[in-house]
This record gives sequence, structure tokens and C-alpha cells, in this order.
Amino acid sequence: MLKDITLWQYFPGDSFIYKLDPRTKILATFIYIVAIFFAYDPASYAVLIAFAAFVIGASRLPIWLVVKSLKPVWLIAIITLLVHMLTFPGENVIYTWSVFKVTAEGLETGLKMCLRLILLLLFSSVLTFTTSPIVLTDGIESLLWPFKRIGVPAHEIAMMMTIALRFIPTLLEEMERIIKAQTARGADFSEGNFLKRLKGMLPILVPLFVSAFRRADELAIAMEARCYRGGEGRTAMHSLIYKARDYASLAIVIILAAVEAFMRWGA
Amino acid sequence: MPIELKNVYHTYMPRTAFERCALKNISLTLRKGETVAVIGPTGSGKSTLMQHLNGLLAPDKGCVMVAGTDLAAKGDAAKKVRNSVGMVFQYPEQQIFSETIYDDIAFGPKNRGLTPEETDACVREAMAFVGLDFDAFSKRDPFRLSGGQVRRVAIAGIIAMDPDYLVLDEPSAGLDPASKEAILKEIMELREKKGIAIILVTHSMEEAARYAGRMLVISGGELLFDGEPAAIFREHKKELLEIGLDEPQVFKLSGILKSSGMDIPEGILSAMDLVKEIKKAKGWK
Repeated sequence: MLKDITLWQYFPGDSFIYKLDPRTKILATFIYIVAIFFAYDPASYAVLIAFAAFVIGASRLPIWLVVKSLKPVWLIAIITLLVHMLTFPGENVIYTWSVFKVTAEGLETGLKMCLRLILLLLFSSVLTFTTSPIVLTDGIESLLWPFKRIGVPAHEIAMMMTIALRFIPTLLEEMERIIKAQTARGADFSEGNFLKRLKGMLPILVPLFVSAFRRADELAIAMEARCYRGGEGRTAMHSLIYKARDYASLAIVIILAAVEAFMRWGA
Repeated sequence: MPIELKNVYHTYMPRTAFERCALKNISLTLRKGETVAVIGPTGSGKSTLMQHLNGLLAPDKGCVMVAGTDLAAKGDAAKKVRNSVGMVFQYPEQQIFSETIYDDIAFGPKNRGLTPEETDACVREAMAFVGLDFDAFSKRDPFRLSGGQVRRVAIAGIIAMDPDYLVLDEPSAGLDPASKEAILKEIMELREKKGIAIILVTHSMEEAARYAGRMLVISGGELLFDGEPAAIFREHKKELLEIGLDEPQVFKLSGILKSSGMDIPEGILSAMDLVKEIKKAKGWK
């Protein structure tokens, strides 16, 4: 059950997209998201979809994996569509049901909103599928570096993210183990009303927190024992270097955003 | 009412890059009253096998029957037989959550739907078995005990469920030698008094040789050997070494003594027996 969640998980592989610098991928994702909000008419959406399809193709990720990453948002997408369909004011009424009027405009806006959401998720999931958490935080740290002057603790933020990401699988594993251990003692987590279930979670949550705190403490000691003292004067083991493919990729995404902007405001 | 595994296969995370076959065609029968040691190198599938015994994991292929009921079946009958197989995980103290030792041990019996009086009797009995004094310990905070004591509380929590089979995954891991010995002794006493089966997963050849009447050797998800520990150590020494399992120290020593000319029988597993045999061979008193 917990392992079914594939959204924002690293998936080991190799392709052009995998080889890109993490900073390139983060910036490109950011620019693409901006471009999504430029999109206005069907043609501009078509361009966005085509580009997403191209990137997914170039990443060589298995299609089922990418589709599966959308699993947690289907419901949100459908609710978005319904809300827009039923509440958006418009002239061309297609269908009337008691006080609700479904208009062509509403349907169009709803579909666009859904599409935005799905594209946003698809593109950002390509980023995380193809970039290992460690590399990703290296990229974030490097991108945040310029903001150090105004007091942003770039290294500390990145370190915290690395640790958090690193321990997600560990804690999930631990949780599964504790669930199993309590199930073996006859605990049933699927019975009773909401309050009863919440109480039923205690045998899982207490041991999980106890061990999470213990782990945090041990990790802190281990870091100090190896003379960790924050980001001051620290160098990276794998330094990030932009290559030709990174400049080319960034250029292509910027062109995409420019095209989207032109399609909206240029004509 | 034995536990029967028939052609059990299990694969983790099928259809992903992390796919791993953990059990391959395992068939075996565990009977009440037995003491079975399960040994194998790290990652051999021991823990996976253990979790099949009470339905925490379901086989991909094959089936696990306890007392004639398929564990994978739904309904009360399957739930009942699942509860008849008690499971002590590795480092069981990590599953403790209550404020008092009493509450934690009572968790299992309560889940079985016993009345407070019955629960109380179960808790008292379980605490007696693991050597924790009821009056001294029942109201204490389990998070403030020593390693060996917390381990005892956790094991008592399973014993209190009154299982017919008790599966223990390295119950002595990470304890000091005295606690190790004491805990295993308590478990063996429990088996004698209640006639239950003990299934002991262990890394220690000494423990397997000393306590078990039957030994299962698992490697790469396959059941390699199933038989009496002494016989397996004697006949499959080479295969065991190949998968990274060494023979017990006493066993090794008796082999060396024998091959250097001492007149002692083969396959001695306990230190006391070896001493006796050496005395006999040397004519000492």
C-alpha cells in the first residue's frame, strides 16, 4: 500500500534526461510551470502536451510508472473539473440540472485547469524520477547559493532536505514493520469509527516516534563525530558543472516559454 | 494441527527495478512441540519465510495451512489460526508503546477479546514465564528498563496471546551473554511446560545446535537442508561454508581433536559433552 505511491520517487535508469545537471532540471521544471500558466488557447496547450510527451519520451521512463504517478491526483483533477463545470458563468448552456448549469465556457475552463494540474505533476515527476534525492538537493543548494547574502541558509536547507528524503524510506519500512508486529498481536486497524481508528493508530505512532527521535539523536552524534559544522567552507564531493547539453536544454525550455507567451500576448 | 507450507513462492516489489525473489518453492511441515532452528546468511529469506507462518505475508504461489485452514482465507477461522502463531520480531522492544508494562503485555489478549479477568491471568502467566515479578514490574514504565528486561516485556506480550507456535526472529540479538542465555532458557522452559512449538531464527550456530531438535538451512530463498542439526553439520560442512555459515565452535573443536587422534565420537554439540568425552578418552576423573 505505502509502496504503491510512486509520485516523487527516484527511479534508477539512464537517458539524456538522467544525465542533465540537476540545476538544469530544476530550472527547466520551473520555467515549464511558468509556461503552463501562460497557456491560454487549445493550440498553446497542444504545444505544452507535445513538449511534455517529448520529455517523457526522452527520459525513457516506463509509461506505466509515469501514469501511476498521477494516481493521487485523479480525485483532485475530477473535483476541479466538476467545480468549474458547475459554477463558471457563461452564455452557452449545454445542460441544466436543477440549479446547476453546465456551460461550454465552464467545461472549457475546467478541462484547462485539469490539464494544467496533470501537466504540472507529470513534468515535476519526471524531475524526481530521473534525479536521485542526493543530487537533487545538491542542485537546490547550488541554486540557493546566491541568496546566502540575504541570510538564506542554503547549505542547512539542503542538508535538512537530504536527511528528510533519506529517511522517508527508512521510516516507511519501520512503520511497515511496526504495523506487522502489532498485527501479529491481533491489532486491527480497519475496524470501528474514526475516533476508534485514531486510537488504534497509537500502537504504531508511539514506537515510530520513539525510534525517529532515537535515530535523529544518533545521526546528530554521528555527524558531530565526523566534525560536521555546517556549510562554512565546505566543498562538494561531486561538484556540479554545466555542460553543452544543459545549455541546450535550458535554451529549448526558454524558447517554449517564449512561444507560450507569444501565443497569449503576441497576436 | 501442524503448519504446512506447500510450494510457497514470494517475490518482493514485482514488476519494478527492485524486484527480488525471496522464496522459491518452499515446502515443509512444522509440528506442535518441535524446536526448529532456521539458519541462513543475511538476505536468505529467513524473515520472509517467518512472516508467511502467520499470514503477515501471503505467498504469490502455493499456500500456507495452519491446522488445515488456509491462512490467506478471509473470515474468523483464518484470523483465529493466525493468532495461534505468535511472532516475536527482531528487536521486539521497538514495538512497545504503552505507559505501563502491564498495558503493553495486555494489548494482545485484549485484542483477542478476552475479559479483564482473563487478560489479567494471561499477563500474570506471561510475566512469570519471562521471569518478571508481577508486583515489582507491572506498573513500571517499559521505556525505563534495561535491554534484557524490555526484551522480556516484548516477548511476554506475545506469550500472553497463548500461541501454539512461537516464532522468534533472533530473540537474543544485541543482548549481553547472560541475558541471551537466560532468555533462551526461559523460551525452552515455556515449550516444555505448554507443549508449544518453538521456531527460532538465528545467526548463531551455537544456539541452533544447542536448543533445536531440527534445523532448516535457507539460502537464496531455497530450503537447502532440513534435519537434525548434528547430522547437517556433519554431512554438509562444505555446503554450509560455501553459503557463509560456519559450524559451531564445539563441533569444530571436537572434529580437530578427533582428526588429531583422540578417541572421541563425531558430532558433539555441547561443551559439557565434549569435556565428558575428553575425560573418557584420556582416562581422567
